[in-house]
Amino acid sequence: MANATIRPDEADHFGRLAQDWWDPRGASAMLHRLNPVRLAFLRDALDAHWHLDPQGGRPLAGKSALDVGCGAGLLAEPLARLGAAVTGVDAAPENIAVATAHARGGGLDIRYRHGELAALGLGQFDLVCAMEVIEHVADTQSFANQLADCLAPGGLMVLSTPNRTPASRLVMVGLAERLGAIPAGTHDWDAFITPDELDDILGAAGLCMSAPVGIAFSPGKGLHLSADLSLNYLVTAVRA
Amino acid sequence: MTDKRDLLILGGGLVGMTLALAAAHRGLSSHVVDLADPAELTHAGFDGRASAISTASWNLFSNIGLGPRLAPHGCPIDAIAVTDGMKPGRIDFRPEPNEASLGRMFANRELRLALFEAAKDEPLIAWHAPAQVVKRERGEFGVSALLADGRRLAAALMCAAEGRRSPTRDEAGLPLAHWDYRHRAMIAELSHEKPHDNVAWEIFYPAGPFALLPMLDGPGGSHRSALVWTVAEKDAAGVLALSDRAFVTEVEQRMHGIFGAIALDSPRQSYPLGFQHTAKITAQRLALVGDAAHGMHPIAGQGLNLGLRDVGALVEVLADGARIGLDPGDAQLLARYERWRNLDNFSVSFATDSLTRLFGIPGRIPSAIRRFGMAGVQRIGPLKRWFMDEARGISGQVPELLKNNAA
Ligand SMILES: Cc1cc2nc3c(=O)[nH]c(=O)nc-3n(C[C@H](O)[C@H](O)[C@H](O)COP(=O)(O)OP(=O)(O)OC[C@H]3O[C@@H](n4cnc5c(N)ncnc54)[C@H](O)[C@@H]3O)c2cc1C
Repeated sequence: MANATIRPDEADHFGRLAQDWWDPRGASAMLHRLNPVRLAFLRDALDAHWHLDPQGGRPLAGKSALDVGCGAGLLAEPLARLGAAVTGVDAAPENIAVATAHARGGGLDIRYRHGELAALGLGQFDLVCAMEVIEHVADTQSFANQLADCLAPGGLMVLSTPNRTPASRLVMVGLAERLGAIPAGTHDWDAFITPDELDDILGAAGLCMSAPVGIAFSPGKGLHLSADLSLNYLVTAVRA
Repeated sequence: MTDKRDLLILGGGLVGMTLALAAAHRGLSSHVVDLADPAELTHAGFDGRASAISTASWNLFSNIGLGPRLAPHGCPIDAIAVTDGMKPGRIDFRPEPNEASLGRMFANRELRLALFEAAKDEPLIAWHAPAQVVKRERGEFGVSALLADGRRLAAALMCAAEGRRSPTRDEAGLPLAHWDYRHRAMIAELSHEKPHDNVAWEIFYPAGPFALLPMLDGPGGSHRSALVWTVAEKDAAGVLALSDRAFVTEVEQRMHGIFGAIALDSPRQSYPLGFQHTAKITAQRLALVGDAAHGMHPIAGQGLNLGLRDVGALVEVLADGARIGLDPGDAQLLARYERWRNLDNFSVSFATDSLTRLFGIPGRIPSAIRRFGMAGVQRIGPLKRWFMDEARGISGQVPELLKNNAA
C-alpha cells in the first residue's frame, strides 16, 4: 500500500493561488519566467532520448505524457502543443478546475485529475514530469516509487526541484518570498533535496538519474540553465 | 471562426509582408490584412522611394528565398560619402575588400512586387486586401479582427505593422515619444551625366540633409540616383510649388556638379518626417513591428532596416517558443522580443536623431564643430567602424534570419 504523499497544508496553499495562476504578472510570475527555461531543458532531453530532429515540430506526437503536480497547467499545455496525449494530476481540486477551464479556452485536449497519484490508477506513460513537486510531498521515497511505476518501458522522466543550500535558503525562502517574487509559505527549506539525495531516492525507486543541470539567475540573463546547482536543478531519469 | 492561425498581421506593407513570409519559413501561419489594394501599392508611381537594404536585411531576404528574385534589381553601395554642405572635410565609408558591403539600393516598388508574388504562392499566408478592420479583440486565449465585410479572423498573436499611424498601437494605449522635426522629404529619381560609381552621398546642409543614393542604370543606359532632399516644413510649400525645371536648378546648386548635368526621371513626391519611439512595443498578445514601433527620420536610411530586424527577432523568438511548446502569444516570448529590440531601436533612433540635430544647426561655429566632428570620425577607427556596422546592420545581437547562412 502506497503511503499518502499529499500534505494537506500544501494542497491548501496552492489551491488558494489557483485563480491567479495564469496571470504572468500575478503570484506565479516566477513560475512563468521559469517556464521557458525548464521547457528548453525538456526539449533537449526529448531530442536526446528519442533521437529527434532538434528543429522538428511536435516531438511528442504519438506519445503519452504525465505531469504530476500540474498546478493550473503551465507545463501540461506546452506538452500538449508538442504533440503529447497529456494527463495532468494535482493535489488541489481548485487547480484542476482552473487547469481544465484554461485548456478548454485554449482549445487543448488535456485530461486532468486530482488526488493521490497511486490511487488514480492512470497506467504508464512515455514521459513523466514532476517539476517543483518532490520538495512539497510528505514521503519523497514513496512519491518517487509511484512516479517510477507510471513510467513506461523505454520512457523518460524529468524532475526539477530546489537544492538545499545556504544560497537557496537566502534567495528562495528568504528574499524571494519576502519581496513577493514567490508567494510566502511556498517553500519549506528543510524539505529541499540535494542532487545526491535525489540520486539515492531515484536509485532506490529503480531509476538511473542523469547529471543535474542548474537553473541560475543573473540580472543580465534572467533565469537560465547553468552549471551552478545551488538554487534549483533539473534532472532526467530512466529505468535502471 | 475556424481558421485560427498563429499570427494576425495588420498591415501588409514592406515589414508586415516580410514578417508573414519569414514566419512561414519557420512554419508559422498567418492572416495578413491591408487596407490598400495590392494592385495600387505596386502601381508605378505609387511609391517613388528607394530603400537602402543593409547587408543584414539582404541576408533576411535571401534566407526566406527572395534572393534570386531580387538580386537583379539591387544596386550595390560600395561607399558612403558624408560631407558638410560640400565644405572641405569629407568622411568616406568604404569597406575593405574582405569586409561585407554597405548594402544595396532597391526601388520600394521592386521590393513590394517580390514580397507580394511570394506571399500569393505561400499556403501558410492568408492574405486579405483590400480589407478594412472594424474591430480588434485581444483576450486571454487569442486575438481576432472583424472585417467590414463581416468576416472574423482569429489568431494567437496580433502583430501591428500598419506604419507610423498604427491604429492598433494607439488603441492599445502604447505611449509614444514623439519628436516632430517640422521637416519634409522631397523624393525624386534623377538621371545624371556621370556614373555614380556606386557611391551614396549624404550632404548635410543646415536646412537638412540632402542624400543621393545610387540606383542601377536605366533601360537606355542612363545613370540614375534616388534623391531624398530634406527641407524645413516652412519652406516645403515653396519647394513644392516650383516648376520641375526650377526644382532641378535648386537640386543642381546643392550637388556642385558631382554627377554633371541632371534631369528629373520621375514625378516628385514629398513625405512629412518625424521621429517617434515607443518603449513598450508589446501588450497582451500584441507585438509592434516596423514603423508602428519606431517611425523615424530617413537620413541614416535605417527605418526599413530596423523594421526588418524587428521581423528577424520576432520570428526567432516565436520559432524558439514553438520548439518548446509555447503559444505565439505567450507573455514570456513577448517580453524577450521587447528586451531584445528596445536597446537596438533606441540606439539607432537616438544616433539618427543626434546626427540630424548636429547637422541641423546653422552658423559658422556649429559648422566648424561639424567639420571637426567629421574629421574626428574619419580618424577614430572604432567610431568609423561602428558607423559602418550600423549601415550594414550587423552591430548588436543579430537575429539568426539576418545572418549569412549560405556559407
Ligand atoms: C522619405 C523616406 C525615405 C526613406 N528611405 C529609407 C531607406 O533608404 N532605407 C530604409 O531602411 N528606410 C527608409 N525609410 C523608412 C521606410 O520607408 C519605412 O521604415 C518602411 O516603409 C516601414 O515599413 P512598414 O511596413 O513598417 O510601414 P509602411 O511602409 O508604412 O506600411 C504600412 C502598411 O500598412 C497598411 N495600413 C495602414 N493602416 C492600416 C489599417 N488601419 N489597417 C490595415 N492596414 C493598414 C498600409 O496600407 C501599408 O501597406 C524612408 C522613409 C521615408 C519617409
